[in-house]
Amino acid sequence: MNAPLLEARDLVKHFPAGGGLFGPRRVVHALSGVSFSVERGETLAVVGESGCGKTTLAHCLTGLTAPTAGSLRLRGEEVGELLAREPAKFRRGVQIVFQDPYASLNPRRTVARTIGDALRLHDICPRSERRQRSAELLGRVGLSREHLDRYPHELSGGQRQRVAIARALAVGPQLVICDEPVSALDVSIRAQIVNLLRRLQGALGVAYVFISHDLALVRHISNRVAVMYLGQIVEVGATETVVGQLLHPYSRALFASTPEIGRAGAPAGARRITGEVPSPLEPPSGCRFRTRCPFAAPRCEREEPALRAVAGRDVRCHFAEDIAAGSLVASR
Amino acid sequence: MSRLLKVENLSVHFPTTRGVVRAVEELSLAIEAGETLALVGESGSGKSTAALAIMGLIDEAAARIPSGSVHFEGSDLRRLSPQALRQVRGRRIGMIFQDPMMALNPVFTVGWQIAEPLRQHLGLSARAARERAIELLHRVGIPAPARRVDQYPHNLSGGMRQRVMIATALACRPSLLIADEPTTALDVTVQAQVLDLINGLKAETGMAVLLITHDLGVVWETAQRAVVIYAGRRVEEGKVADIFGRPAHPYTRGLLEAAKWESQAGGMLREIPGTVPSLLEVPAGCRFAPRCAYALDRCTAAIPPLTRLAPAHAAACLRVHELAQ
Repeated sequence: MNAPLLEARDLVKHFPAGGGLFGPRRVVHALSGVSFSVERGETLAVVGESGCGKTTLAHCLTGLTAPTAGSLRLRGEEVGELLAREPAKFRRGVQIVFQDPYASLNPRRTVARTIGDALRLHDICPRSERRQRSAELLGRVGLSREHLDRYPHELSGGQRQRVAIARALAVGPQLVICDEPVSALDVSIRAQIVNLLRRLQGALGVAYVFISHDLALVRHISNRVAVMYLGQIVEVGATETVVGQLLHPYSRALFASTPEIGRAGAPAGARRITGEVPSPLEPPSGCRFRTRCPFAAPRCEREEPALRAVAGRDVRCHFAEDIAAGSLVASR
Repeated sequence: MSRLLKVENLSVHFPTTRGVVRAVEELSLAIEAGETLALVGESGSGKSTAALAIMGLIDEAAARIPSGSVHFEGSDLRRLSPQALRQVRGRRIGMIFQDPMMALNPVFTVGWQIAEPLRQHLGLSARAARERAIELLHRVGIPAPARRVDQYPHNLSGGMRQRVMIATALACRPSLLIADEPTTALDVTVQAQVLDLINGLKAETGMAVLLITHDLGVVWETAQRAVVIYAGRRVEEGKVADIFGRPAHPYTRGLLEAAKWESQAGGMLREIPGTVPSLLEVPAGCRFAPRCAYALDRCTAAIPPLTRLAPAHAAACLRVHELAQ
């Protein structure tokens, strides 16, 4: 069986929005046709700003919310069916680590209880072995047995995130969704957690979907990267290829806007952009980025660009070839 | 250039039931007119507390300020009456914070909030202040300012709110802007816009900026000089080019490596071990010593003095000359 570990095809997620009893019914277009796959043991980074749909995507991938349309398969099995038939089996396969470990850990439970619950619910080991197993898991994430009886408030931010990782690993998942796992941590702690995730990947062969807005980190940690904007993937491919030469104007703008130590001003060919992400209630017609794009042309308003292969990656822009050739002049 | 702000030996302690939290210890810094100084530290380093103390906004019922002077434009702010201090705040010193939703009053229009300091400090009439508010909204890059001026904070996006807060802070053309993590809550494309805006306004008005941040990328792009603090104490200060080019303190070095996601052989990142200490039980001597790869016994014996490496570059590390090689 050669199916990818996880495969998403044309995932769509709409949320009904407000309007009240008599107001017009509106729809938040959180995901609009997202397709990608994750292979065993690899890291796919998902990059984008708030409102791009990356958190909704994380929730769809972990079964916390059901997609409106499209297909999501884990090891070739449709996730919706798997969840209906054997929810525990799905959850043993896919786990999640959230951004803020203080919010994701129950403040009234000790570490032993938090990890023990995961072991109990999935019947991983007999009750008598749970404490020992929990201690082993703590060892894996760089904590020790003495942390077993601590409460979350007795731990530092980095230690809490280690506990959240140990809990995710307790059930032996093949895929862990990491939703901005270091952005709430102190700068001096981030490297510890990133190294831990990499070491665990090496030892356990677990795959990650790593959601982040930090391109420098993504370059370090991922095999492949997908850049999202307003519910769509605008550029996706091998990290080296994509980051080596960004082709989508949004990817370039994101990179140019990220402060980078040692760089004077924005890199050549990239520029900062004006405006903010439009509301996902009313995404722009045609290309969703056109309202902020320095290269926008009349065609971009009429015709939605498809994700297509250009220079070794997939990119959603009518003018990707011209951008690759450096022959496009900004219109604003 | 003239010295605009000079803070000397400022300490802020919070007595609690579990002991005294020494949030800021003997902090000294100076800002010249027209420059941007970054006060860099992680959460809990005391950087925001220091900023509040500089502005006289520390609630002295909860905190003690055992030492320190804050000289600004010729007067010691620590000795001013509350009324006189209010005249300085808002008029000569503008302030912006991380979360504009907390700093803006949700029940007043944007225009009213920008106009208030103009009426309070400059005695402008309501109509003149409103005109000025529209002008300021335009200046901070808000489209359709004549319409936005009558809107409420909840009508605006996060980036727009941050722009409104900047307009409010700059209404009276202060000579110093204190910006506490002004872009931390914003997306990177909007962060870049807000930093460009602050830099542009600074160039135009000649104001100085005290930028409080944990983000070294932001420091690199906006500041000329920086003071790095760790667990309430200054560990390094100097020009940004010097600190980033030749970081002298092991903590600054570690932070820089972390911020650049610099990997070693084998693809792993260089780590700073351990965690930031609790300010209730700060380590003896150098506060970074327990996490420092270069620590010696004498590092924990006494607090290392600030050692000069260059006229404008100093670090509080006993081994600073050795490590520089």
